[in-house]
Amino acid sequence: MSRPVATPAIVQLQLLKEGSPRLSALPRFQQTLQQHGLAPLKASGLDILQVNVGKLCNQACRHCHVDAGPTRTEIMSRETFQACLDVLREHPIPTVDITGGAPEMNPHFRWFVEECRKIGKKVMVRCNLTILTAGPQFADLPEFFAAQKVEVISSLPHYSSGWTDRQRGDHVFEKSVRALRKLNAVGYGQNPDLQLNLVTNPVGVFLPGNQKDLEADFKRELRAQFDITFNQLFTITNMPISRFLESLQKAGKLEDYLEKLVQSFNPSAALGVMCRNLISVGWDGQLYDCDFNQMLELSVTPAGANHIKSFDWATLNTREITLNQHCYGCTAGSGSSCGGAVV
Amino acid sequence: MSNHTPHSHGRSYYQPEDLKRFGDIAQHNDHLAKKFFEYYGEVFKPGALTAREKSLIALAVAHAVQCPYCIDAYTSDCMEKGADEKQMMEAIHVTAAIRGGASLVHGVQMMTQAEKLSV
Repeated sequence: MSRPVATPAIVQLQLLKEGSPRLSALPRFQQTLQQHGLAPLKASGLDILQVNVGKLCNQACRHCHVDAGPTRTEIMSRETFQACLDVLREHPIPTVDITGGAPEMNPHFRWFVEECRKIGKKVMVRCNLTILTAGPQFADLPEFFAAQKVEVISSLPHYSSGWTDRQRGDHVFEKSVRALRKLNAVGYGQNPDLQLNLVTNPVGVFLPGNQKDLEADFKRELRAQFDITFNQLFTITNMPISRFLESLQKAGKLEDYLEKLVQSFNPSAALGVMCRNLISVGWDGQLYDCDFNQMLELSVTPAGANHIKSFDWATLNTREITLNQHCYGCTAGSGSSCGGAVV
Repeated sequence: MSNHTPHSHGRSYYQPEDLKRFGDIAQHNDHLAKKFFEYYGEVFKPGALTAREKSLIALAVAHAVQCPYCIDAYTSDCMEKGADEKQMMEAIHVTAAIRGGASLVHGVQMMTQAEKLSV
């Protein structure tokens, strides 16, 4: 199940910019923003602290931008979690978005969720579903989530096993269905306080379809086939970084995909990108504009405020976003964010 | 299967990049092309049928008329709209059933004619 660590970040960035004559010919993302009067792209506030608690995961998905897996050892320490809590306590950031890896595998996960809830923060957990079936130590997670009123956001590429397993691994669909039933059994997707949202990203070299239409299909099919209910479906575009970048390269489709993203640039989507109201914290406490910049090791600027221990509210609230060619992934078509389409 | 494809001066009749130039048909009759593309756009908007259902119909028709451009375009479009290979193959079997049925139903004409000719 383990996979090699993806190409180094600096090599990925170089590849996207000038990996071939076709890629070099593409307009730089910053130029495109300038042409549409959207530069410089600046933060519009800080509503979400997205905490990536580490790369350890029970799965090793083909499109994972984190390059996560069972052999990864980078996980957030208690000290860094505490620094996140200190920031949350001292600042009016309403939402904490916990991601990974499989965040539940971090030994401090439950404590962190409880502490966040104690200080009145809304907590979202990006749960891969299969972790709920991964052993007795995780079996009571649905009850824990429900007790803490955590919003659960889970990847399910498709309502069929074929596409889901192709992207996320053998038997993932069957385990995901079991996990969704467990979440439904404790009230998720039914009780308005227990939000269960699913995420789908394309299984190949194409953009996601219309979010509302896909949501209707997912709801109908999951209900009819498995008696599963959920609240919303979020569509997310595959970001051309990490494992998906490598897959594109191997298939000889990198240029086609980048050109498609550039041709589909939508200025309205650019205005709604998630980096404008979110700060992403890495497992080591480093701060980034988003989880993708985190994986590409593009820290927030200025350097003096790029760690959770040097968190500076005023600076971060008005910071200029660090951009690169991969940013076309969030501005194509209907746009893409951790909450799905943006327009 | 043979590797031979129809060639004209060493070039396949069908060039995948020609699909991107579909709009160029306006060069020699902008008026009708504009009307066609407007109509085309309207047809594929969700209505009594969903956009996914319309895309699957388009894929099935593409196989009936055996248009390689349309097959490429609507395979991609179906996948974007969440139709997996299972759904797409079922749609193509509908094509095959209608095409095959259209041949076979003429068997009745053959039988009628055979009856007329029999003494």
